[in-house]
Amino acid sequence: MQARLEDVSMRDMRERATQGGPLVIRGMTVAYDRKPAVFSVDASFRSGRITGIIGPNGAGKSTLLRAGLGIVKPLAGQATFFGTTLARSRDRVAYVPQRASVDWDFPARVVDVVAQGLYRRLGLLGRYGRDHDDMVMTALERVGMEDFSARQIGQLSGGQQQRVFLARALAQDAMLYLLDEPFAGVDAATERAIIKVLKTLRSDGRTVIAVHHDLSTVEEYFDDVLVMNVRKISDGPVGTAFTPEALETAYGGRLERGVRDPQKARA
Amino acid sequence: MNGADFVTFSLTPLLIGSLAALACALPGNFLVLRRQALVGDAISHVVLPGIVLAFLVTGTISTWPMLLGSAASAVMAVVLIEAIRRFGRIEPGAAMGVVFTAMFAAGVLVLEKSDTSGVHLDVEHALFGNLESLIWLDATGWTSLVDPVALAGLPPELFRIGLVTVVIGLCLAAFWRPLAISTFDEGFARTLGLPVRAIGLGIVIASALAAVAAFDAVGSIIVIAMFICPPAAARLMTNRLGAQVAWSAAFALIAATLGFTLSASGPAWFGSENAVSAAGMVGTVAGMILACAALFGPART
Amino acid sequence: MLRDALTFQLGYNATLVTVAAVLLGIAAGVTGTFLFLRKRALVSDAIAHATLPGIGLAFIALTLSGHDGRYLPGLLAGSAITAMSGLFAVQWLSSRTRLSEDAAIGAVLSAYFSLGIVLLTIIQTMSTGQQAGLEGFLLGSTAGMLLSDAILIALGGLLVVALVFLFRRPMSLVSFDPGFASTSGVRLDRIDLTMMGLVLGVTVVGLKVVGLILIVALLIIPPVTARLWTNRVELVVILAGAFGGIAAWLGAGLSASAPDLPTGPLIVLVSFCAFAVSMAFAPRRGLLSSFVRHRRFQTGVHLRQGLLALAQGQPIYEPLTIRLLKARGLARADGVPTRKGTIRAARAFRDEKRWEVARATPELELAAARYDGLTQIEDVLTADQIVEIDRRIGPPEAVP
Repeated sequence: MQARLEDVSMRDMRERATQGGPLVIRGMTVAYDRKPAVFSVDASFRSGRITGIIGPNGAGKSTLLRAGLGIVKPLAGQATFFGTTLARSRDRVAYVPQRASVDWDFPARVVDVVAQGLYRRLGLLGRYGRDHDDMVMTALERVGMEDFSARQIGQLSGGQQQRVFLARALAQDAMLYLLDEPFAGVDAATERAIIKVLKTLRSDGRTVIAVHHDLSTVEEYFDDVLVMNVRKISDGPVGTAFTPEALETAYGGRLERGVRDPQKARA
Repeated sequence: MNGADFVTFSLTPLLIGSLAALACALPGNFLVLRRQALVGDAISHVVLPGIVLAFLVTGTISTWPMLLGSAASAVMAVVLIEAIRRFGRIEPGAAMGVVFTAMFAAGVLVLEKSDTSGVHLDVEHALFGNLESLIWLDATGWTSLVDPVALAGLPPELFRIGLVTVVIGLCLAAFWRPLAISTFDEGFARTLGLPVRAIGLGIVIASALAAVAAFDAVGSIIVIAMFICPPAAARLMTNRLGAQVAWSAAFALIAATLGFTLSASGPAWFGSENAVSAAGMVGTVAGMILACAALFGPART
Repeated sequence: MLRDALTFQLGYNATLVTVAAVLLGIAAGVTGTFLFLRKRALVSDAIAHATLPGIGLAFIALTLSGHDGRYLPGLLAGSAITAMSGLFAVQWLSSRTRLSEDAAIGAVLSAYFSLGIVLLTIIQTMSTGQQAGLEGFLLGSTAGMLLSDAILIALGGLLVVALVFLFRRPMSLVSFDPGFASTSGVRLDRIDLTMMGLVLGVTVVGLKVVGLILIVALLIIPPVTARLWTNRVELVVILAGAFGGIAAWLGAGLSASAPDLPTGPLIVLVSFCAFAVSMAFAPRRGLLSSFVRHRRFQTGVHLRQGLLALAQGQPIYEPLTIRLLKARGLARADGVPTRKGTIRAARAFRDEKRWEVARATPELELAAARYDGLTQIEDVLTADQIVEIDRRIGPPEAVP
């Protein structure tokens, strides 16, 4: 126990010492079948903020995240986490994939999925004890899913599945949370529950980056944005980067009236 | 049948059949869950060219060349399938169909043309095995189980399948968590730092080892029944991974023992003296178990 | 000997067998194309293996009723019945239980095959006083085929080809775009059933020549080979038929030219050779061209990205980018641009700016979608359009 405490304080010191933010992406280009989905994107995400990656469908938002995490192989470019490689910061990074990316018919209960978040703590053969069970239940409580712990995952609604995924990430107890379309196809109650959790994470000093496509909620949910469409169009605090010009460039003619002007949308 | 006859003629085929069924069913669970059931189909077909290749190189049919040859051949098949899928942009089912039929055809052709009369290897054997022939001639009764001389005469296939089953069982226990996580959510598994590619290849290699060890007993096509039927039936019985693997092991053992018993004594009930193919019966029983699970399994839909 | 076989000089029977094989190859290639485009290639594997119990049952029924158990039409009819039940078993398992189609295929093919093996061993022990020779259906054997059998197979192959020709329009529609086909009034389930019926026909006809284990190769390999060469459905169909026919002709000829060469494996291997050559050298989808194009694309992207970074005075982190820039005399090893590099960088930057404007302009959206990081905008837009864009960007800045 003593050793572990020392570990943690050492880690904090090193974290403060490093120059890089929680995630820095440099010159990232990803191509599917010789068509770039992401082209030469540079981005630096600020610590302790909730950042939204905004752009139209097919703009490469999820691809940027997945390339940064090494899930897809970029053609060029690199990502650094907390000033170092992903391999050295895995304990500090949690990822919430798109709900549709997995087969929910998999034979598992809600607790089984959330417990996957403890893998790096448990290792191959580490015993899953009562304290681990507590961590899982705490994570489920934070997303309001504690009553569903023994439910087969295939029987959950879309919103509930999304919350289970978030709970798994919470169980990882990371410093940086990367979420791929967390609000896609979920009910209003889930959307509120998720944003509440994300804001709690921010007040704990953690960093949240979420791929998002609903322009009407951007100003309410996010501190910073990265507007992109294959290339980066603008980034920074919502007030300066989430501008009508940036959206015009990102969405071209596809932007619907009403959300064209974010100032008006808020009013 | 008295005890001595049972030990001589039934004990070893029963053991080999059961171990073979178990060795195949365990990795089969992950093939089914990963929607790779037909990778099992492909692997079982390419085991034959692997064995033939090992025979051409070493001139014998012994354990290590066989295991190595078929593992190499399975890995080669998977790499070819992946290359055709990626570069040719061909859907995986068709890519598999191209690779395993061609490799199987090559294996059959070489087997037909090369002189394998000195060893126990021919096309028919390769297609549906010969479980009945794996008898323990040195046994004289139950006491032979403690007689070192008789034990030395146990069929080598028993050791091969025993070794493979134990290795697969141990790997499954040791890598249970990475297997489960990467099967459910590959992207998430990657962010945990799990080597998902190696895990996928590991499942293929384990399946190939199971297929080659079971090859003596049931041949290269009925082995697919062992890969797929018990896990698929098990999936219809439960919604938990651990329970599914346990069910699949139980179904595999039932299929092996019931199938062998039916093949040996079933025909006698109809007044026929000759036994029917044990491997065929094991596969048939496995199929029946799946049919029952599909009709009555609690988690069938 | 081989030349004799290929030029139909080996006697009437052998010639007829070869003709039958060629017709079968064409029918299989054409039918398989629709199956492959429908992404259900391996359903045929279940159908093929499910023929075995039917053969066994038909043999037993024929023998018990006092007929010759080897009567081919009877055996083929029996095989068609169990093959159909196997097909329905696959469809039932994948639609009524949570099992996916691949698991259903694997389960059905292996269970039916196992049952078939049990029946074969029963037949072996039935004291009928004659060699059943049903093992020939596993890997195909054309040696010693009866004249009537060869005629039956040739006619069967001809029938399947004719049926495919008859149904080619709705089947291409369904396999190309099922959604559109059903809205335009084609009954999807009926066409699917027709397609499966034809697959079943090919399988049954091919049992004696290629054998049930490898018949899927005839249905899969020629269409895949053809697909590597062209994107047009009609051409894939024609090419697949041609590849299938040629492979069957060569394979059957080779098999007839030497003793104990099983026909099935030979046809499959000839077919695979054509596939391997296509896979290596086909334009676009071949390994060689894929590799070359990927390298070219990667180099292009790195250069472009490097030039854009130079134009904006940003540091370049990627070692490969710097190496490529240096090799072309555009930058020094420390990432400082040369004179030539500065000019090219400014040009790339201007091109990128033009694209940016084009993408934000609704009228140009279609053209802007062609952006791939490499294409020059001059290749996509007219000179007038570019002038208009330049007007909005402003005059070019002086190269520093």
